[in-house]
Amino acid sequence: MEYVIEMLNIRKEFPGIVANDNITLQVKPGEIHALLGENGAGKSTLMNVLFGLYQPEKGEIKVKGEPVNITDPNVANQLGIGMVHQHFMLVDTFTVTENIILGMEPKKGSKVDIKKAEKEVQEISERYGLRVDPTAKIQDISVGMQQRVEILKTLYRGADILIFDEPTAVLTPQEIHELIQIMRTLISEGKSIILITHKLKEIMEVCDRCTVIRKGEGIGTVNVSETTTNELASLMVGREVSFTTEKEAAQPKEDILHIRNLRVKDVRGVEMVKNLDLDVKAGEIVGIAGVDGNGQSELIEAIAGLRKSEAGSISLKGNDITNLSPRNVTETGVSHIPQDRHKFGLVLDFPIGENMVLQTYYKEPYSKNGILNYKEIYKKAKGLIEEYDVRTPSEYTLARALSGGNQQKAIIGREMDRVPDLLIAAQPTRGLDVGAIEFIHKKLIEARDQGKAVLLLSFELDEIINVSDRIAVMFDGHIVANVKPEETTEQELGLLMAGSKKQEEGEL
Amino acid sequence: MFASRFYNIVIPVISVILGLIAGAIIMLLFGYNPISGYAALWNGAFGDLYFTGETIVKVTPYILSGVAVAFAFRTGLFNIGVEGQVFVGWLAAVWVGVALDLPMILHLPLAILAAAVAGGLWGFVPGFLKAKFRVHEVIVSIMMNYIALYTCNAIIRSVITDNEDKTENVAESASLASEWLTQLTFSRLHYGFLIALIGAFLMWFILEKTTKGYELRSVGFNQNASKYAGMNVDRNIVLSFVISGAFAGVAGAMQGLGTFQFMSVNSGFTNIGFDGIAVALLGGNTALGSVLGAFLFGTLKVGALNMPSAGVPKELVDIVVALIIFFVASSYIIRWFLQRSKKEGK
Repeated sequence: MEYVIEMLNIRKEFPGIVANDNITLQVKPGEIHALLGENGAGKSTLMNVLFGLYQPEKGEIKVKGEPVNITDPNVANQLGIGMVHQHFMLVDTFTVTENIILGMEPKKGSKVDIKKAEKEVQEISERYGLRVDPTAKIQDISVGMQQRVEILKTLYRGADILIFDEPTAVLTPQEIHELIQIMRTLISEGKSIILITHKLKEIMEVCDRCTVIRKGEGIGTVNVSETTTNELASLMVGREVSFTTEKEAAQPKEDILHIRNLRVKDVRGVEMVKNLDLDVKAGEIVGIAGVDGNGQSELIEAIAGLRKSEAGSISLKGNDITNLSPRNVTETGVSHIPQDRHKFGLVLDFPIGENMVLQTYYKEPYSKNGILNYKEIYKKAKGLIEEYDVRTPSEYTLARALSGGNQQKAIIGREMDRVPDLLIAAQPTRGLDVGAIEFIHKKLIEARDQGKAVLLLSFELDEIINVSDRIAVMFDGHIVANVKPEETTEQELGLLMAGSKKQEEGEL
Repeated sequence: MFASRFYNIVIPVISVILGLIAGAIIMLLFGYNPISGYAALWNGAFGDLYFTGETIVKVTPYILSGVAVAFAFRTGLFNIGVEGQVFVGWLAAVWVGVALDLPMILHLPLAILAAAVAGGLWGFVPGFLKAKFRVHEVIVSIMMNYIALYTCNAIIRSVITDNEDKTENVAESASLASEWLTQLTFSRLHYGFLIALIGAFLMWFILEKTTKGYELRSVGFNQNASKYAGMNVDRNIVLSFVISGAFAGVAGAMQGLGTFQFMSVNSGFTNIGFDGIAVALLGGNTALGSVLGAFLFGTLKVGALNMPSAGVPKELVDIVVALIIFFVASSYIIRWFLQRSKKEGK
């Protein structure tokens, strides 16, 4: 048996578009096979075909050499195909075990034999190195842990071929590291893995082979050991992509953001920002590096007026903005690309056009005497959509219907257009493909070159190093080091983020 | 976009048809003739001018209570207290109508305004508690219904009258009754239905055209994004409840100044407010939908009174109405069927 899975010349159409055309994917037993493509290239469609959610118009699927007809996910399960979804399908109030056995509970008479199930879950989790507490409730465990439950679910159902749909999108760097270990263990236990991703680094790190699709078409399959990230990127995007962002040296001017002795508590009342000082000057990008949960989110929410500061001061161009309302902060000259675009950045059930005036809807010309001027609103939206290359059928389309990258471009367009003094960008490229990332980085640098102060928060170290003019490392609620990107390495930043002190420098 | 609008119209229509079919089957099962039953229903609602007039009388408060529920719903709130807000609106309108002596041009608007203010105040309480202390609005507004019912009874008995069961009739200067319409139809038809239509228009206008409406809808969809955008979420919750309550209060005024001209002591709820929930649901929580939903509801309720003439017990109509709501509420099933048959047709 040469291949466990063969998808040959698959074609899948939807009304008006061809989502997959002539794609061939062949997975060898015991390999980690990457499926690479931009947002919207057709990766998920292809996997949904394999998982039986869609029926292909053309093409053949073979599992372990046998032609099969996968009519629904139950058939896929029986064939040993399991899917670890990007958005977890878990019941929050159930325990780990209850979630895993859901739908195929072991019975003792008419009752669920929970003791037996817990033992089984324990066994599988030990065998594959997936540490979980079988009795913990889903709502009480971390995102990384929830993902392991999803993996266990597929293993419990006897899957040999596991599909991971962008599994690292929701994880912290530490959790990503653990996931990679888990994937290696699974392979050594004889499983095969298809990894859907657009992160080139991960492919280079764990995958054996990689199939690339672009705009619905199969481009080809390459051996990872014989390729480079540059080659993969150009295969995926269809043109050369530059990874090092081109930019002139920064010319910082006067202080724009000035934070002194700031203290902020989180929802639980735990102090997350502890006596923090930070300055950002006009014409520079300051990157905040740090492991998630060291107070970065609270810091940004405090600046934006979304969270109360307990002590200390925040000023913008010399004006005190500590504990102003979000509207007053915005009007003082702050734009904010929020970390969670669905929760904060957009009203998903509004048309994308109405989202473009989310902070300015009450001002002329969008509103006059309390009445909205839709003509002006949509004129503005249309302009921004064109300028920022937001791909949407029209400005009347609901924001919900846009892909993540286009939603993000819309937010960036809206925030940059307000001509702020300070632009806060929190994880502006999370979940986006290299093409969109390149675009967003360019726009951030453009803002800097126009003399704006930019505060960038990111968990991607290469993003921080590439884009920032100065890096402030945050650990345990403090800025523990200020370093120049050209004078540091990922290793050094990693150590600083983990709390080790910078040796040679006295100034913090 | 076309598809969703298409479904929003088709699904209620199919629901109604399915409800009528189910009703026919039940009539058959119990040995009644569904054709003569439905014919009697139709005649009872539109058979002559009197019946048509009475149907519109019934529809009028339903429009406003439906609008009240729909308005709150669109801003993410469940106003189950419309019933109580109808009561206080009714009482306020009648009180102003009885106690004051003013020219009509002042008296009538003042009475309606009093109803809106009273309903708004009644809505303010659950709105405020929700905004300030995160108390669930459903619990508070249910309790406010009982408080309204018994407070109104007490005020009628011991404040407005001397232990009577009903108030005097409102002054002619505060009445919505129209001699012209009465002579035309011999029914209780009054000018209130114009006010109800204005109410529905106002709901549409506030939500879709005004800056405040943009905020209210935004808060209804996503409180976090609204806060991020600089809107005052708490204030919008209170405002939404007050506006919703004001619509409900005016629904009460329709009863007090139009249909009855007085208010009597009630032993239980009028159900205008509770039926408003169904009206809003039938209408997809839009203004126009509420008007149409109210028409359907009013027609069925009034027409039902005539069904015993065909030998069908009028309780059966309540079953039909319940079935229609059931099918609308489970519109997911109809939607699923439509989409599935569309898929297979390809």
